[in-house]
Amino acid sequence: MTESNNAAVTRSASWLSALRTAIVLIILCGGLYPLLITTAGKVMFPHQALGSMIIIDDTIVGSELVGQRFTAPEYFHGRPSAAEYDPFSVGGSNYAASNPDLKARVADDSAEIAQRENVAPTSIPADLLAASGSGIDPHISPESAILQAERVASARGIAIARVNELIAKYTEGPTLGVFGQPRVNVLKLNLALDGKEFDD
Amino acid sequence: MNEVIVIYAVTLLLAWPLGKYIAGVFNGSRGAAGAVFLPVENGLYRLFGVNPARPMSWQGYGKSLLKLHLMLGLIVFGLLMAQGFLFLNPDNIDGMSWDLALHTAVSFLTNTNQQHYSGQAQLSYLAHTFGIVTLQVFTPAAGMAALVAIVRTLLGRSDEKKQPAGDGAVSVGNFYEDITRAIVRVMLPVAAVVALIIASQGVPNSYEGARTAIPLDQTAGMEEQNIPIGPVAPMVAIKQVGTNGGGWYGPNSSVPLENPTPVSNFVQTVSIVLIPAALVFALGFMSGRRRLAMVVMGVMVAMSVSLTSVAIWSENQPNAAFSGLAAEGPNLEGKEVRFGATATALWGSWTTQTSNGSVNGMHDSFNPIGGMIPMIDMFINVTFGGIGVGLIGYLLFLLLAAFLGSLMIGRAPEIAGKALETREMKLVCIALLIQPLLILGFSAVTVAFPALTGNSNPGFHGISQVIYEYTSAFANNGSGFEGLGDNTVWWNVTCAINLALGRFIPILAPLAIAASLAAKRSAPEGRGSLAIDTPTFGLMTLAVIVMFTLLSFMPVLILGPIAEALALMS
Repeated sequence: MTESNNAAVTRSASWLSALRTAIVLIILCGGLYPLLITTAGKVMFPHQALGSMIIIDDTIVGSELVGQRFTAPEYFHGRPSAAEYDPFSVGGSNYAASNPDLKARVADDSAEIAQRENVAPTSIPADLLAASGSGIDPHISPESAILQAERVASARGIAIARVNELIAKYTEGPTLGVFGQPRVNVLKLNLALDGKEFDD
Repeated sequence: MNEVIVIYAVTLLLAWPLGKYIAGVFNGSRGAAGAVFLPVENGLYRLFGVNPARPMSWQGYGKSLLKLHLMLGLIVFGLLMAQGFLFLNPDNIDGMSWDLALHTAVSFLTNTNQQHYSGQAQLSYLAHTFGIVTLQVFTPAAGMAALVAIVRTLLGRSDEKKQPAGDGAVSVGNFYEDITRAIVRVMLPVAAVVALIIASQGVPNSYEGARTAIPLDQTAGMEEQNIPIGPVAPMVAIKQVGTNGGGWYGPNSSVPLENPTPVSNFVQTVSIVLIPAALVFALGFMSGRRRLAMVVMGVMVAMSVSLTSVAIWSENQPNAAFSGLAAEGPNLEGKEVRFGATATALWGSWTTQTSNGSVNGMHDSFNPIGGMIPMIDMFINVTFGGIGVGLIGYLLFLLLAAFLGSLMIGRAPEIAGKALETREMKLVCIALLIQPLLILGFSAVTVAFPALTGNSNPGFHGISQVIYEYTSAFANNGSGFEGLGDNTVWWNVTCAINLALGRFIPILAPLAIAASLAAKRSAPEGRGSLAIDTPTFGLMTLAVIVMFTLLSFMPVLILGPIAEALALMS
């Protein structure tokens, strides 16, 4: 270190340097970095890159990662959604546990499901009554699927054993036995019930 | 529970080598990494028009930092307002209002990423990448640069034991050299690795516009489902590793397109704490004070584990609104089935300990005690903390503990052989006390005028929503009790004030303290001096942190979450 370098310079770099740096950083971090990753990601994972779409007969029927609304009795139903399953307006209910509106919503849904599935309210798994954070949760718990099996089987006039078989097939356990919760992808299960062929 | 233990263990095991690497980056070690990155950095210095070898005083360093922030802020502000007329906008998104653009620019400029908008519907790909991603790479690097400058000035470097002295001002380093190294050698490489892993799990990667699906149940009232995609993976990666937190989609990593699987959730959770924890180890390697680093790590892990445990316990309790209406089970309102209550509570706690602010479930719908933990985490804000600024904040508490500790053993206050005097302690007090002043002051004014609050929940929880928002802004966290109607001129402008003061005062005041201490004559550290690298001193620091937080914020915790919990119990 030279003598003149030893005493620090109080002056900062100039405004022009700040402007030049800002522009270069925008090109580097906001341009090149996302472009390189996006290009590499598209080559390495083409299916995932475009949103993991399920395509049947050249039609996009949905995404593996995006839940859909089901109301017909021959389909399994997903969770309540504060976003009406619209991916452009994703969101949760943001109801606090103390909010009377939450209790009212849960009471309504609980009564409706209890009647539809012919079960006691206290046997309805909580996930089937709780709105997800995203509003497009594609999954329900295996218990929530089993709860609906009888209704789906009778609406379709097929054996409940067949329905349970499909639930088992589309139930995913925790990854490596550690990460995540057991779950069933509702769209995939319903597609399988309809006998539609798609890549798992 | 195993999931939580594995995530803690993997994070700390990865943080150790990364910390060693980061210390090498700033100690100027050549090595293999230097051979690759040095030519890139030299090219960048030429484009910037700066000389990285020129030492700077703390004022010069601080001014350089502020000038670059101001430039980037102005450009991004313009970009946000004009995005509707610009390119890379396949979904035809309009420009932002002035106050929303101001809040958004300041929010991302301060490493906060508090969002009063929903990205998938209100940002073009141009604004998302060139604007938001740029700041998400730059701001953690700026925090890291400031930390490195403070550590090398305050504690010295292992390869250069003596403080830089001289006739003029004390050198704290060169801002441009520090920030360039932080970006090129740390932020971008780590983000790139994470981006490709989460891309494999299903996070979209495309500049093409939204897809349109024909839903299966056509009787359910939705004829078409438009699914927004985009260059999501690179943004989500830097959002997680850079203690940023601002997601592509509004509800952040709860959205399956942003966080598709338990594996992506594992990687993103580890990414929250990885670099903040690595910096603690780096502190030890950089200053040659490894015992001090271990003590700091011990205190942080103790705070982290105890607060996180409470959050996990709380979220595994049933939601009170479900009582008698559903099977007994954890609180799943606002949570995703694939993650469950435990992994969501872990994330909620970690993201607020580190000033990250991303979420994988809605904090507004946490049980009252579960929702209180993120608030306490943000009040403390030094349990790992944001990149650079977390450890800087811890050093402030360390100075305060050294001051009090020295007085308790009847010595003149000192740290590392330097006398702690009025000027330093004044700056410490300013940097610490501005937090309760701003948070409580703005909260009080807002609550006093109910027309301003925009509450979505009634009662005690409404107070919590307001306090959470200002706390999150000042802590540069960015998470929220998101039911709050916060896209108003009042919220946008007052949060912007909290964001800026909460970022730059806690960076600049410690930088001034470090330079002030470094200019003093050093007394040799001997048997009579206060040892700051012992478990006893660690406990002392912990006690100071706990006392400071409780004294400042206990009353509002009682008014908000504690009152709500008691009301639900009765």
